[in-house]
Amino acid sequence: MKIPSLRDISNEAKLLLIGIPVLIWTLLPIYHLTLFAISPKDSAFSGKLWPDHPTLQNFVVVFNQQHYFLKHFWLQLWNSVVVAVATGAITLLIATAAAFAISRLKVRGGRVVMNLALLTYFIPAAFLAVPMYRTMGLYGLLNNQWSLILAMVTIATPYAIWVLKQSSDNLPAELDEAAIIDGASPMQLFFRVYLPLMAPSLVAIGTYALLLAWNEYLYAFLLLSKDTEVTLPVGLGNFLAADDSPWELLMTTGLIYALPPAAIYYVFRRYMVSGLTAGAVKN
Amino acid sequence: MASAITLTDTTALTAPPRRFLNEWQLWGLILIAPYLLVFAMFVVYPIGYGLWTARHPHSYVELYDDPIFLRSALNTLIFLVIGVNLKMMVALGLSGFFIQARWWIKALSVLFILPWAVPSIPTILSLRFMLNPEWGLVNSLIFRLTAEDGPNWLNDPWIALSMAIGVHIWKSLPFWTLILIAGRLAIPADLYEAASVDGATKLQKFRFVTWPSVRTLYLTCTILSMIWTLGDFNSVYLMTGGGPADLTHVLATLGIRYLRLDQVDMSMASIVCALPFMLPLVYFMMKRLSK
Repeated sequence: MKIPSLRDISNEAKLLLIGIPVLIWTLLPIYHLTLFAISPKDSAFSGKLWPDHPTLQNFVVVFNQQHYFLKHFWLQLWNSVVVAVATGAITLLIATAAAFAISRLKVRGGRVVMNLALLTYFIPAAFLAVPMYRTMGLYGLLNNQWSLILAMVTIATPYAIWVLKQSSDNLPAELDEAAIIDGASPMQLFFRVYLPLMAPSLVAIGTYALLLAWNEYLYAFLLLSKDTEVTLPVGLGNFLAADDSPWELLMTTGLIYALPPAAIYYVFRRYMVSGLTAGAVKN
Repeated sequence: MASAITLTDTTALTAPPRRFLNEWQLWGLILIAPYLLVFAMFVVYPIGYGLWTARHPHSYVELYDDPIFLRSALNTLIFLVIGVNLKMMVALGLSGFFIQARWWIKALSVLFILPWAVPSIPTILSLRFMLNPEWGLVNSLIFRLTAEDGPNWLNDPWIALSMAIGVHIWKSLPFWTLILIAGRLAIPADLYEAASVDGATKLQKFRFVTWPSVRTLYLTCTILSMIWTLGDFNSVYLMTGGGPADLTHVLATLGIRYLRLDQVDMSMASIVCALPFMLPLVYFMMKRLSK
């Protein structure tokens, strides 16, 4: 082994000088969240960096719905799951079909549709929220979970189509030609050739839409209002309404709510990073 | 272009004439129809409806007379110009840090993604509690270290706005860093070797090798981030709630505020006022991406 020179040591020290602040900056809010979740009510506000008596009591309270704000915890968690899974599935269906039509079937006007979708992708979601709210009212969908699902599908599809079209364009044209020579119909090409080859991108896009819907707050609180219909983030936001809210329970619920997307992200990290960053900014 | 031409030529040759092509076009239309339906119902119609609602000139006069509106426009501008550029510069710097080959930097990069991977509500609220003047973690630490009371963070509009920008940076920094890391990794290593042979310093390597290679990507990222930041509702709404005294609103939260006050025309008008910020950025992105 080589003995490190003074230069190497100073180099490492410089890297650590960046690394440690980055670590603290990244983890502090999440650590603070966890700290509240495991602190008993009376010591949560003491400003300590570690509770004297860490406890899981808050989780018991949340799971048993033993607080006014948590009356519908399980139901709201379930609503979040339904909305996220439905958004993921519908987005995949619509976007895969559209990307196949544009990229492989070369449908007339496909380029125009692609550009319209791209333009939609650049509308900030918060700006579309107000007209969307009014429109859902006119369609009679307000306070119905379909309104949230359809809104999230609207927001997720443009990017989904774009990414899927990109990776679809990368598939060799010979595949289609071979299929045509074999006399395959467009649908056979779609199911036998296209879907299997696109699987990694489909996983990335499905996950993207699922997480988008799970994390959404603004649309959820605009479009849904009944306590039994709203998703979990809206339930969390309701804690803010009262001055004497039990922050330790809010943080506990927030931690439970934050865990699934983090876990999903890390499980599919391989797909997500290559699929999404490559798509997000074309070089 | 050339490849596209040859591709259509071969399909034309291999495919039996007319009838077959029609079947493909027909299926193409069927498959693209669901998206067109979603687009018409939930994009075209709402936007048309919104613009129709915002057609009265007096909404804009009223908006202009509302001091909150001008302050929000200013805040939005600060958010975009200072917030986004600061974030992108830090991301560019950190991307250089994360490509260093060390086991602990690799481990750190896995954790570094967390803010982006977890939903914003719990983490923003967590930060908000940290800044609570009486029992928040930050002021408790300040009190313990200096025996003096810390500032009332969210009660001063400028500090509160900075904190909202800080939350925004905390949340989206990992994503942009990741993209810039990908950009840096795409630079051929022999460029750096050649620069080393010529005796280039680190700064010179950045100036003459890294920057020219990632400049376009960096610019695209900045524009894209500005567009998305225009629509960042959560950072401001959950951190400051627009307060104190409605002085920290941005256009994204202002629209919702008017909606809650049942002033839909004002809400739409404030969004229309954001278009001059937005359209040049969108135009730039469309030119870059729709090839």
